[in-house]
Amino acid sequence: MPLEYYLVLSALLFTIGVIGVLIRRNAIIIFMCIELMLNAANLAFVAISRSLGEATGQVFVFFVMTVAAAEVAIGLAIIVSVFKHRQTINVDEVNSLKG
Amino acid sequence: MSKELIVVLLVAPLVGFLINGLFGKWLKGNEKLSGWIGALAVLVSLVCSIIAFTSLNGGAAPFDETLYEWITGESFAFNIGFRVDALTAVMLLVITGVGFLIHVYSIGYMHGDEGYTRYFAYLNLFVFAMLILVLGNNYLMMFVGWEGVGLCSYLLIGFWYDKQSATDAGKKAFIVNRIGDFGFLLGMFTLFAAFGTLDFATMFDDAEADNFQKVFGASTLVVATLLLFVGAIGKSAQIPLYVWLPDAMEGPTPVSALIHAATMVTAGVYMIARSAVLYDIAHTGEVVAWIGVLTAFFAATIALAQNDIKRILAYSTVSQLGYMFVGVGVGAYASGVFHLVTHAFFKGLMFLTAGSVMHAMANELDMRKMGGLKAKMPITHWTFLIGALAIAGFPFLSGFWSKDEILHSAWGSSPLIYGIGLVTAFLTAFYMFRLIFGTFYGESRVEPEVESHLHESPPVMWLPLAILAIPSAVIGLLLGWGGHESWFHHFTKSVFPEAHHDASGNVLLFMVISSVIGLAGIAFAWTRYSKRAPSDEPTNAMHKFVANKYYVDEVYNSLIVQPIKNASHYLLWRIVDNGVIDGIVNGVAAIIRVIGGTLRRFQTGLVQAYIVSMVLGIVLFLAYYLFFA
Repeated sequence: MPLEYYLVLSALLFTIGVIGVLIRRNAIIIFMCIELMLNAANLAFVAISRSLGEATGQVFVFFVMTVAAAEVAIGLAIIVSVFKHRQTINVDEVNSLKG
Repeated sequence: MSKELIVVLLVAPLVGFLINGLFGKWLKGNEKLSGWIGALAVLVSLVCSIIAFTSLNGGAAPFDETLYEWITGESFAFNIGFRVDALTAVMLLVITGVGFLIHVYSIGYMHGDEGYTRYFAYLNLFVFAMLILVLGNNYLMMFVGWEGVGLCSYLLIGFWYDKQSATDAGKKAFIVNRIGDFGFLLGMFTLFAAFGTLDFATMFDDAEADNFQKVFGASTLVVATLLLFVGAIGKSAQIPLYVWLPDAMEGPTPVSALIHAATMVTAGVYMIARSAVLYDIAHTGEVVAWIGVLTAFFAATIALAQNDIKRILAYSTVSQLGYMFVGVGVGAYASGVFHLVTHAFFKGLMFLTAGSVMHAMANELDMRKMGGLKAKMPITHWTFLIGALAIAGFPFLSGFWSKDEILHSAWGSSPLIYGIGLVTAFLTAFYMFRLIFGTFYGESRVEPEVESHLHESPPVMWLPLAILAIPSAVIGLLLGWGGHESWFHHFTKSVFPEAHHDASGNVLLFMVISSVIGLAGIAFAWTRYSKRAPSDEPTNAMHKFVANKYYVDEVYNSLIVQPIKNASHYLLWRIVDNGVIDGIVNGVAAIIRVIGGTLRRFQTGLVQAYIVSMVLGIVLFLAYYLFFA
């Protein structure tokens, strides 16, 4: 399959992720959409790595997955503690930083 | 005369000031020690002064040396340098001699005072500043001393700072002096612009050779000397800036004796005598003489109607300073300085005796509540009598010689000045003996409670009186015998330009006239006040007018002080400060607030709103790079 297919799929996944982050209100969904964006990037890395016949991109993917795992741990912990305090994870209601 | 001698002479009082000033707390328990440290510091200076004087008198060359460069630029240099010639030597002896005796006297007078060590610290600092003033070999050094003595004068007038009248008097003295100092500064600037230096030696040589920049055309030196004279008017309490000196009597009495009679107030006379060359070339002496003689007369009339003994002495000081200015004004510089010397002794003496009276009378100053003190305080009485006879021009006492010389020289310059001076001499004799009869003779009017405590002062106080009485009596005879051929004229001849006035006329005749006038004043006072007390209340309108000092203070207050106060209040405070300055500050703050108020709306607190702006930003950047870059 030509490289473009992978890249188009990656772009589609990324866009879905962005739109999800922008329009959804549930923090967990937003979180999942961020994961989707990370994986879209991963897909692009792998595809290009394969097409260039070089391993660098795949090494990057491992780093991204490690970071994503750490991020999930911290992010979920934040969401849990926000829920404990406010009984909600609706991001519209968490607006103490309003100027 | 070595450099070391001058440095020790100058630094000794500074050391005394530092010890008393820095370690006053530890010295507090031991008053005597603190006082003797102060007196000893001045004694060291006195010994050095005597050494310097004898070497000069023995024919040594005047000392004029730069110790180090203070400020240097491309075309100018200000140096710390000292000059000891005949004029300075005379001033040094007066300052340290009278100063030492007054320090000793103060040990007794200030006994038990809360600020004992502070007092001696200030007094030492004053002597130090005064020594700088007379030792400097350029106008800048003189100005440093000039300001230093002004500061000490302010500190000592307001010494009892918990008394409102004392702090007010201190401020008045300081502010009035600032007006004079402003003139002095401008004069200095003019001289610097003209000569490019402020060193006496170079400047006087250049002036005589007519070798200087004519910054104000032909009248350059006229402008400069008159501006310097404004400084002298302020410092030496002449019309119209004399008003601070009578109020300065709020300070401790030894301070009045040292600063406001013997030394600081004569700085103006010293300055003009020092600048004699410039005044001679500019021919501005006549202005000096006229201001002097008018002040002498004016202050003497005010003294006629006062009842506060220290104020009478204060107006008398203003009046005698006027005489000195007549002397230096008519070109008889040596005579003016001679009167400065004799006056320092007899007026210092009279202030100290007044302090002795106050000491015994529980700080009473009103002579309507005195009388008959002669029996209780014999030493004070006799020493005061010597001082008063000296100032009244009693034959052969010191004031007789110096005043007579000035009047004689004035005759050669302008008979009118001589006439006014003669009338003033009569008034002087009259008010001094009014004071004596009111205080020491007649019935006692002392309140019974005070009367029981009346006593002669302790030896530490009356000894300086007795010592000062000797020069007050004889110094005129010793130094002044022979009029213009006297030892004093001979000694100071090298410093002053040749007298250009007509010193002819029958010297003996002038002496007789002066003596008769002085004795007439004494006799007139005797007929009026030997039997009855000074009247309680002014008896007629003229008397009231004079007793209230011609309402000069009131006129100054309404013409100068109040308008300035109002301008400050309404224009400077209400409009400039509140309106303009606060307006700018608050305006800046208001603008920031408006901008902030607008910008804070972007901080919605919604995370997704921030993300939208981020995404939009990224998209815009990408679009730019894709399509335009």
